[in-house]
Amino acid sequence: MSESSHRGTLKIFLGYAAGVGKTYQMLDEAYKLKCEGVDIVLGYFEPHGRKDTIAKAAGLEVIPRRQIEYRGAMFGETDVEAILRRHPQVCVIDEFAHTNIPGSQHAKRWEDVQDLLRAGIDVLTTMNVQHLESLNDQVWQFTGIRVRETIPDWVVKQADEVVMVDLPPQALLNRLMRGVVYTPEKARQAMENFFKESTLVALRELAIRQTAHEVDIRHSVQNEMEAMGPGDARLEVRSGPGPPSSECILILITEDPSSAALIRRGRRVADYLQAACLAVCVLRDGSLQEIPASQREAVEKHMQFARNLQIEPSVLQGEDVAQTLVDFARSHKVTQIFIARPQQKKWPVVFGHGLVERVVRLAHDIQVTIVAERRRSQKEL
Amino acid sequence: MSTNRRPDPEQLLRQLQAEEQFYRRGRLKIFLGYAGGVGKSFRMLDEARRRRERGEDVVVGAIQPKVSQEVEALLQRMTVIPQRHIDGVPTMDVEAILRRHPQVCVVDGLAYDNPPGSAHPKRWQDVEHLMASGISVIATVNLQHIEERRAQVERITGKQVTETVPESFLRNADEIEIVDAPPDFCLQRTSAGLQTNGSGSGRSLPQQLSELREIALLLAADVVDYQLEAYLVRHGIEQLWGAHERILVCLTPYADAAKVIASGRRNADRFHGELFVAYLNRPDLTPEEKILLERNLAEAREANARIQALDGEDPARTIMSFARAHGITQIFVINRMHNHWWDRIYGRPLDHLIRAADNIDVRVFPA
Repeated sequence: MSESSHRGTLKIFLGYAAGVGKTYQMLDEAYKLKCEGVDIVLGYFEPHGRKDTIAKAAGLEVIPRRQIEYRGAMFGETDVEAILRRHPQVCVIDEFAHTNIPGSQHAKRWEDVQDLLRAGIDVLTTMNVQHLESLNDQVWQFTGIRVRETIPDWVVKQADEVVMVDLPPQALLNRLMRGVVYTPEKARQAMENFFKESTLVALRELAIRQTAHEVDIRHSVQNEMEAMGPGDARLEVRSGPGPPSSECILILITEDPSSAALIRRGRRVADYLQAACLAVCVLRDGSLQEIPASQREAVEKHMQFARNLQIEPSVLQGEDVAQTLVDFARSHKVTQIFIARPQQKKWPVVFGHGLVERVVRLAHDIQVTIVAERRRSQKEL
Repeated sequence: MSTNRRPDPEQLLRQLQAEEQFYRRGRLKIFLGYAGGVGKSFRMLDEARRRRERGEDVVVGAIQPKVSQEVEALLQRMTVIPQRHIDGVPTMDVEAILRRHPQVCVVDGLAYDNPPGSAHPKRWQDVEHLMASGISVIATVNLQHIEERRAQVERITGKQVTETVPESFLRNADEIEIVDAPPDFCLQRTSAGLQTNGSGSGRSLPQQLSELREIALLLAADVVDYQLEAYLVRHGIEQLWGAHERILVCLTPYADAAKVIASGRRNADRFHGELFVAYLNRPDLTPEEKILLERNLAEAREANARIQALDGEDPARTIMSFARAHGITQIFVINRMHNHWWDRIYGRPLDHLIRAADNIDVRVFPA
């Protein structure tokens, strides 16, 4: 028996901010399913004290949260074991991006959801577009906020359905002011920070475009399968770079903090172009053991980050970083090299001697993308 | 007789404000869906219900002849202005709504053609009339009825649509809300099947719906982008970033740019972004360079790029200022390898561009 043949389906209700109605719409669907006779439970649900939402949950079976003690306080987390024992057809899990309290079985709620899917349970869940890992830098630019709770893009790609839950920003702000979303105190704070109208409009556009992209990749796969004739009609966007593409992207990982943004950007472009994605780190001795601890930790962190985004990094040995990188690219049929743009003060005085400039000169037969550091750039005139 | 009573200024002011309020233009909210059965009418009426519960005076001006049970249940609780009939054809009774003058009027199916003899040939024109009289409108429209998207939709569905609403009507709405659901959801509710006739692209019905869904989402994103720009202009905010990709291909008269332009087009399409092509005006081109530049420009026009000639002494600086002004997120340039003494000392224009392009990605293509 292969696990995937019994795998549950995943449906994500995607929004752009708290209060747009994701949970409400998810519960509405849950309720309809229950009326149709589907065996459905609430595995985790965050009412945030919202009246309409709480009313929607009435009549649905709730699996009580597992209480976990952490630093003297009790926290309720999804009780994955209990849900697996109960084994419903469908389970509702709110807030997909949530980070579990230490002491939980998994660090992330999306990992809990993987367990349920593997056990053949269908899952309905909610998330905001800003929780998507590859959009982290862009969202920071819009909002000035580094979103910490992120979901790797491949996890979202696995979803069978992504549905956009939309609400015009002005209507969301009205809700906020009426105290539907937060307490008045918190609402005031929110409107000064995250809930500025221009920010909301930009996030909303991002969410709509992301949904369009999710629809696009799913029907592109479907089109190919229809063209191939009858057979297993189930969507297979699950693994790998998608339909074969001759493009291959190579990311240069270093100890510099810009590596994280570079990895996200490379991953995102690779996904959009349906390209393969590789990463390398070039070290003089070809061994992480030979470099100072602080540098090693930074490189290892970036390599782990790449793995989380399903990019397998390699460590290469080479005196000359540019030459080693380009040689690897050529031997692996890479079509595009991604390198970070150094900070202004790190450019050498003489042209052509910096790493970027050397890579560009050496890789005269390969495309090179110099990824700029995204900075906050909004200013009031 | 109270002839000596002077009018109370407070009262006059209140009256004036009330009048102003009364005659002020109404607001328009449009629910956009990609197919029938996606749940637009329900969402619209649900909003009408909530507004009524908050104390707004809401009436239903027009509703589709066939509605689902859920919609029917919501309608039961609303005030409906009966449609009037012209030669047996039902149409929204604009006069009756104006007489009743509610705060909010619900109008289902914006694209409806009124029967001959009506005040306006199109229902969306009726809506403009209501708004001009200070009545706010919440309405629905289907993607297939947006004039500018009609041909694209027809290629997918194989079905001709005659009733349309201009896209500008959507753009100028105060709010639009996308009503999204998976194709299966529409199919379960059957009416979606009526909108395609199985020919068209020759693909299965769920596939056709999925394609329509993507177009509707992108249309909504464009409208939102347009509104974001309008908002930023209105509030005097300068923002370098955008929520969507804008690719700028830099042309030179020295290298064949066909591949780069093609890649730019493909990337712009993949990201559902925009493609720009720019080049520097140079007075001193040789005949060969002129021919090459012309050929590159022909490619750019073919690729449907927005083309701009730039004037400036310093290439890198000129390109960067254009890129910043247009919210460019990626610059594509060709790496022309040559070994001029000047370049070795002062750097190539490409080196200058890479160094100058903070906040914008630069993609260097082999020549």
